[in-house]
Amino acid sequence: MSKIAIRTENLTRDFGPVRAVDDLSLEIPAGIVFGFLGPNGSGKTTTIRLLLGLLDPARGRAEVLGFDTQRQADDIRERCGVLLEHAGLYERLSAEDNLELYGRIWHLPADDRKARTKELLTHLGLWERRGEKVAGWSRGMRQKLAVARSLLHRPSLIFLDEPTAGLDPMAAAALRDDLLSLAGLEGVTIFLTTHNLTEAEKLCAMVGVIRAGRLVAVGHPDQLRAKGGAHQAVIFGRGFNEPVLVSLREQPEVAAATLQDGRLVIDLKKEVEIAPLISLLVNSGAQVEEAHKGKATLEGAFLSLMEEEK
Amino acid sequence: MITDLLTMMWKEWKEILLQHGGIRSGILPMVIVPLGLLGIMLPWQVGRAWIESPLSLAVWAWMPLMLMASLIADSFAGERERNTLETLLASRLPDRAILFGKVCAVVSYGWGLTMLGVLMGLLTVNLVHGQEQLLLYSWKFTLGILALSWLGSWLAAGAGVLVSLRAATVRQAQQVLMLAIMLLLFVPVYGFQLLPDELRAQIARTLAAGGATRLVLLIIVALTVVDISLIIAATARFRRARLILD
Repeated sequence: MSKIAIRTENLTRDFGPVRAVDDLSLEIPAGIVFGFLGPNGSGKTTTIRLLLGLLDPARGRAEVLGFDTQRQADDIRERCGVLLEHAGLYERLSAEDNLELYGRIWHLPADDRKARTKELLTHLGLWERRGEKVAGWSRGMRQKLAVARSLLHRPSLIFLDEPTAGLDPMAAAALRDDLLSLAGLEGVTIFLTTHNLTEAEKLCAMVGVIRAGRLVAVGHPDQLRAKGGAHQAVIFGRGFNEPVLVSLREQPEVAAATLQDGRLVIDLKKEVEIAPLISLLVNSGAQVEEAHKGKATLEGAFLSLMEEEK
Repeated sequence: MITDLLTMMWKEWKEILLQHGGIRSGILPMVIVPLGLLGIMLPWQVGRAWIESPLSLAVWAWMPLMLMASLIADSFAGERERNTLETLLASRLPDRAILFGKVCAVVSYGWGLTMLGVLMGLLTVNLVHGQEQLLLYSWKFTLGILALSWLGSWLAAGAGVLVSLRAATVRQAQQVLMLAIMLLLFVPVYGFQLLPDELRAQIARTLAAGGATRLVLLIIVALTVVDISLIIAATARFRRARLILD
């Protein structure tokens, strides 16, 4: 498989006068969880449809797993799994029959279909309820089943379009854990669209931010956080006592230094190296386990990016 | 392609039988009621004419349309309404397997049930009106039933899938199809009555003089052309991008 799972060059798609995806150029390495962030109507779902070859671009091109989306869409769909905006489950059928159908669609041998169904449903805690019709299931259970369906044929790449949307926090957290563990086990590339930034921070090795069809930022979540407005350093460790805080506050680049939930949060006047500050902490007797520089959260960076683009 | 087609048929059959809640509860309205009507009640009442009158050929041509209308209307409009269409289109299934899998599942239901009705009707007429004599369809009549019911099934499938591809909801698709079937039934009947007396008499004379066979052949040719046109139109209409954006 190509080391780049997805490559787009100036990908553009219009719906009448509306430009849904605008000049999107992106490279996503294979084997990672990529988060595609953006508000509702920003072009996330259209991008997935373009990448699956379900829609043709107005301009530009895209390659998925080395295949051109316009000329080799069948090859792409052969190798991908999907959980789109709607779970797409047949409610009259049982959970087992839903997986049986997609196992047949992907030509899995009967023995493999059964074994794989058992493996995935057991992992997701649904095996005991496999004979029940999906119509009676909660949204969380349906989403889990749809995740199982997307992984059934061992795809190289899966597209998940807001998989935790509409779930309660417990169900969303459970699904996130399942996704991470399954992705780790299966070694697949995941293209995940979401507007849940906590989710993106927890799951993604790389994120892209899209607004009104345009890619406004791409990189590791830490890189995106650093793109935010106010500069900040968050230090985890022990021994951050008052004398240590006082000596920090005396530094010319430090605007404030406070303890928040056991973490040391340093507000910086400008973007500076924090290594000298860490040295100061260590020399003052504190123990530093972890340090983050930039915006405090991805959410802050995201909101700031949205503001910048307005 | 054949494996994919059979997969789609498997899914469609499961959904047909489970649409009333379960396989047992689905068999009564989907199989037993139509067979009771076509294979027992009507032949019992009509008697020997059921297997001898050329008019019963019209019943066998029209019956698959009635049996299949609601099912074929559901084919794409139902998937769209229940939000399962896009996931299906995002799978590896070829366009033709999706389209013909749905069509073949409904045709196998409509034509299969019609054939069972034909056999049961023959049995009923023999049991009730046979008078210790074995009554059979003539070979011309048998060929007519086979051809007209087969072509009627494909007419329902072709027209139904075209309507279903375009309709926003199942209800809309069903209404359009039922209207078309009613027109197909009433226009020839009332149209014939509106013809001048002389022309009607001429038609009746032609039929009586052995022209019925020619008329049936003409209908078979016309239906074949219409069916092929409808299937070609449905194949052309089936475009993933268009279906997703509809």
